[in-house]
Amino acid sequence: MSAVATRTPPARTTPSRPDRPRRRSRASIRRKAVNYAVRYLLLAFVFVLLAGPFIWQFGTSLKGPAESIFTANPFPVSPTAENYAAVAETIPVFRYIGNSLIVSTSSAVLNCIFASLAGYVLARIRFRGRTLVDILFLATIIIPFEVIMVSVFLTSRSLGLVDSLMGVILPAAATGLSILIMRTAFSSLPREIEEAAMIDGASDWQRFLRVALPSVKGSLMVVAIFAFVFAWDDFLWPLVILKDPSNYTLTVGIQYLSGTFTSNQRVVAAGTMIAVLPLLLLFFALQRWFFRGVGEGGIKG
Amino acid sequence: MKAQYRWLPWVFLAPALAIALIFHIGPFLNTLVLSFTDATTLGGGKFTGVENYAALLGDPQFWTSVRNTLLYAVVVVPLLMLLPLLLAVLVEKNLPGIGFFRSVFYSPVVASMVVVGLIWTWLLSSDGAVNRVLQALRIVQEPLPFLTDTSLLLLSCMLVTVWKGLGYYMVIYLAALGNVPQHLHEAAQVDGAGGARRFWSITLPGVRSTMFLVGLLGAIASMKVFAEIFVISSGTAGPGGQARTLVYTIREVGLGLSGEIGYASAMSLALFVLTIGFSILYLRSQRMEQTR
Repeated sequence: MSAVATRTPPARTTPSRPDRPRRRSRASIRRKAVNYAVRYLLLAFVFVLLAGPFIWQFGTSLKGPAESIFTANPFPVSPTAENYAAVAETIPVFRYIGNSLIVSTSSAVLNCIFASLAGYVLARIRFRGRTLVDILFLATIIIPFEVIMVSVFLTSRSLGLVDSLMGVILPAAATGLSILIMRTAFSSLPREIEEAAMIDGASDWQRFLRVALPSVKGSLMVVAIFAFVFAWDDFLWPLVILKDPSNYTLTVGIQYLSGTFTSNQRVVAAGTMIAVLPLLLLFFALQRWFFRGVGEGGIKG
Repeated sequence: MKAQYRWLPWVFLAPALAIALIFHIGPFLNTLVLSFTDATTLGGGKFTGVENYAALLGDPQFWTSVRNTLLYAVVVVPLLMLLPLLLAVLVEKNLPGIGFFRSVFYSPVVASMVVVGLIWTWLLSSDGAVNRVLQALRIVQEPLPFLTDTSLLLLSCMLVTVWKGLGYYMVIYLAALGNVPQHLHEAAQVDGAGGARRFWSITLPGVRSTMFLVGLLGAIASMKVFAEIFVISSGTAGPGGQARTLVYTIREVGLGLSGEIGYASAMSLALFVLTIGFSILYLRSQRMEQTR
């Protein structure tokens, strides 16, 4: 939510940039060069601060037992995959990857379907009880999950969902945030196209599926990515609902690996890399959707 | 619009509404009710009035949790209001390669707190990189017990929270910076105002309302801190569990071995009041902003 009122000044089409190719004195060129150098130095410093820990961990995960993991050089002289093999021998990591994929993909798909259905109705149709529905969905955003966690566990238990992946998926299968994003997307579509379709004899379902839905692909992408990443990263709820270690998702499994089995830093490093590398790749491939999501999500609960 | 829309909306709404009712609204009401009972995971659930709330007042563990959670907000919120803004100013200008830096700065946001926590556990351990750097620079003689001293453990977790959140709030600030009129900067520059001066007199006032919003988001996030503490302390919340946060204690009390559901529900509502409190504070401040 950009709450800043945009009050752009009228009719100043050619802002006088001081760095326009006018006459430049030597001093101003030098000042500019220094300015750039300082900026890139600062960028490099923050880079080390924010990317360094990942790089360090990645390097550690590739080091064999003969190599020190305490030296200043984060990279191994002779990289080895043995730590990754050790992870697979200690915990059923492929199963965990599979569980995480099932949970994240289901969450993404269900959020897209449920939130677009609900968002469409809330954006387009006036009906009795809509205000109440609005309030209910708003409440799900305002009430933090941590507050109701204990009761959600009880509910899940009475529904027989404890220790099942379904139990991990369902509570977040249609979040208030997803519904809000889809509702906003549908609201901003021009009504005329749908009205034209209606005159042509399209049913409500056809209007939704063939006319409205294809126009909000971008928002669907945002909803899918956010749901996927949230489910992949989530720790507290899977930790609560999953009991049998063979059902763990990757985040719970990696914590289990480091907490229970090994103090071997190289193996823990390999484990964390297995959990984070797929997501980082996804992020770098689809980054514009991530950034767009922060804007549309605005208030993330 | 028309009469035919009596049942169609409800068909479309059914799945989302069912999930909201079963997994959010229902449990919230249930939490309210349970907080007045002595329910446990094994059953029970006699009405005990305000007994749970009375017990909370005299429970040192509860107060430790509240204190740590509020302390968390006190440290984390100002840092999250300021540092990401500086970062946004740094990456705002379109320099060659700036997109790459923006993405890298965002990458901790994408990673799971478990991964981030484990990475920092290693960096902060007694023979980890942070202590080695501090010793090499002769800032400390002996390695600092980041993970075993209660205060240092809490501080470490706070800094990890900030580290992971920087990129997220940076992106929020970037959007806000785009709304600060460029001509103000140019005018100020012509008048000879330096970078610091312009940041103070133009950028800061321009992103004021966003700062409040970031403050609110940071405060709410602080109330919900769990994974950092759990992972970095290996599930113990530090020596004697003294670095516990509210969510940590709620989970331990309500879903641990004793499973005191009723008592944990009362604690959950205390957490709810704290989060809502911050939202009300925020709305108040917004109203005051508008009347200014």
